[in-house]
Amino acid sequence: MGFETVAFYVLALLAVAASLGVVAQRNPMHSVMLLIASFGALAGLYILLDSPFTAVTQIIVYAGAIMVLFLFVVMLLNVGREDAAEWDRSHPLNKPAARRLGAALAVFLLLELAWAVWHATTREAVGLASVSSGGVSSVAAIGRSIFTDYSFQFEATSILILAAMVGAVVLARKEQE
Amino acid sequence: MDITLNHYLVLSAVLFSIGTAGVFLRRNVITLLLSIEIMLNAVNLTFVAAGRQYAAVDGQVIVFFVMTVAAAEAAVGLAIIIALFRHRESLNPEAFTSLKW
Repeated sequence: MGFETVAFYVLALLAVAASLGVVAQRNPMHSVMLLIASFGALAGLYILLDSPFTAVTQIIVYAGAIMVLFLFVVMLLNVGREDAAEWDRSHPLNKPAARRLGAALAVFLLLELAWAVWHATTREAVGLASVSSGGVSSVAAIGRSIFTDYSFQFEATSILILAAMVGAVVLARKEQE
Repeated sequence: MDITLNHYLVLSAVLFSIGTAGVFLRRNVITLLLSIEIMLNAVNLTFVAAGRQYAAVDGQVIVFFVMTVAAAEAAVGLAIIIALFRHRESLNPEAFTSLKW
């Protein structure tokens, strides 16, 4: 087994374990921390995929900015552990019929995933290491693409960010009586 | 055995399923938003892996836009959570059903 294979499996395991932790944790603070770990593992996978720009953006934008925003809100609202009894009482899907249907669908989904894993590991396919990367790791090429082919979309995102900024300020503002 | 595109697609499917399960199972709006972030990241992984396979930078450009949308979504979503928490003192989505018919 080469370095790339070992690194892929370690990072994939880390990402899946951390994501499972996010969903299983009842303390939102721990969920946010585990999600940061999951994003770190994904950044490692991006480096394995010859995409250093995306890996660094993942760390700076996701782990650095978005997750800090989440941490800030968790701390601001000072939310504690989720109450399991309240979960049982208030979950809209916690009814016998919905439970049975949900369990059946979950088993179906797990079977599908197992089938996909089995095919991905047994089927003959060309390894990514032997496919030409064709300069996908070049930050210059990405920048050229953003500012030429995708220049309209790039400008549209600036409107989106402006709208989100104004929206966040208006929504979170205290109402004046 | 070499790592192929299939490995990345399966990993992405697993992560997306975990995120979906989180949206269905959790009763805390902050964790719901975190689960949505897991799903967005699973999709990002498919874009980068496919871009690598077909030697195109477009995958990474789209991931760049997805990150922008995720940032906007997180900012507005968290502002809504703060506003709702101020009114109801709760993070359980069942507390916010006054608009439900």
